[in-house]
Amino acid sequence: MKAVKRRYLAVAIDSHETVCSRDFMDAVWASVSRLFGEYGASQAGLSLIDFDEGRKLAVVRTGHKTLDMVRTALASVTQIGKKPVALHVLAVSGTIKALHKRLDERLIS
Amino acid sequence: MTRVYADLHLCQDCDKVEQFSRVVSKASKLGYTLIAVPFRKFSEEQIRQVREICERTGVDFASRVDLRPHTPEELIHFLRKLRRRFEIIAVMCESKSVARQAAKDRRVDLLNFPQPDFRRGFFDAAEAELASNCLASLEVDVKPLLTLEGPARIRLLSSLRREVATAREFHVPVVISSGVSDDMLMRRPKELAALASLFDLSGVHGQEAVSKNPAAIVKRNREKLGSKFVAPGIRIIRKGRDC
Repeated sequence: MKAVKRRYLAVAIDSHETVCSRDFMDAVWASVSRLFGEYGASQAGLSLIDFDEGRKLAVVRTGHKTLDMVRTALASVTQIGKKPVALHVLAVSGTIKALHKRLDERLIS
Repeated sequence: MTRVYADLHLCQDCDKVEQFSRVVSKASKLGYTLIAVPFRKFSEEQIRQVREICERTGVDFASRVDLRPHTPEELIHFLRKLRRRFEIIAVMCESKSVARQAAKDRRVDLLNFPQPDFRRGFFDAAEAELASNCLASLEVDVKPLLTLEGPARIRLLSSLRREVATAREFHVPVVISSGVSDDMLMRRPKELAALASLFDLSGVHGQEAVSKNPAAIVKRNREKLGSKFVAPGIRIIRKGRDC
């Protein structure tokens, strides 16, 4: 069986209020299923890897074939639990280690 | 060479300086290097002030005016009056006759079709052919994609897909702009390109719609508005007795 290539996305949560991980994932799932339907959402293989409430940063995993789909869904999120938010993808990588490295480089620059 | 990312339709009130500065710095943070803000009336002083704010943040600024004429004659009148004053001229096509006139006039840069009413999609093959012969581009605002929900968004996507396909068939450049007034609705250029994939403008074409196409409009118009421009392909290189 062919191994599934994964992609990890670092997502910045742009909001004036705090957002909890459950609400965040609910909003992402809702956005994916609104735009691509339940069939599309089932292919996305979305899961939350890390969530830093203080830094307002989340790491989400998806398949490499559904990366564009998830990017689009993240861009279309405008509110989480009735709080206005914007989700911005900061970095994408194939491993969590490389993702953190990219994020660190970004912070330095 | 680094890519220039542009948002040619940031609907901000330039009178509120503090709020405008915040939006410009957010645009810079999101990765934009060129922005355009529509002005309601021509004021050299206000344009200079806005340009200064943008320069301080390291963002290039282009002045823009959105025309909403009711008749083709009114459009011609506006163009005669405003073309030399603004770097970008966009026409909000709210009737078919205005859309046709705008598409065949070389002074128009952007054709914008206010979307919520899908019956008002005047960008058909005839319109695209006229636009391709002139230099007009099709502008798509992302704002309704973010704010609409359910059947309204479905109808909007369907209409945008048809318009973009027509534009590509006739080689009319597509420009994707945010069209937002609320800074929480601002998105990164790559996110705008990702949203464009919803109406089948994906990959390279989506990237070009937020970078190459808008930058080309501004570059062309700056050349035209410059003092050395004579006609397309002709410009003054030097002046002197031997010329």
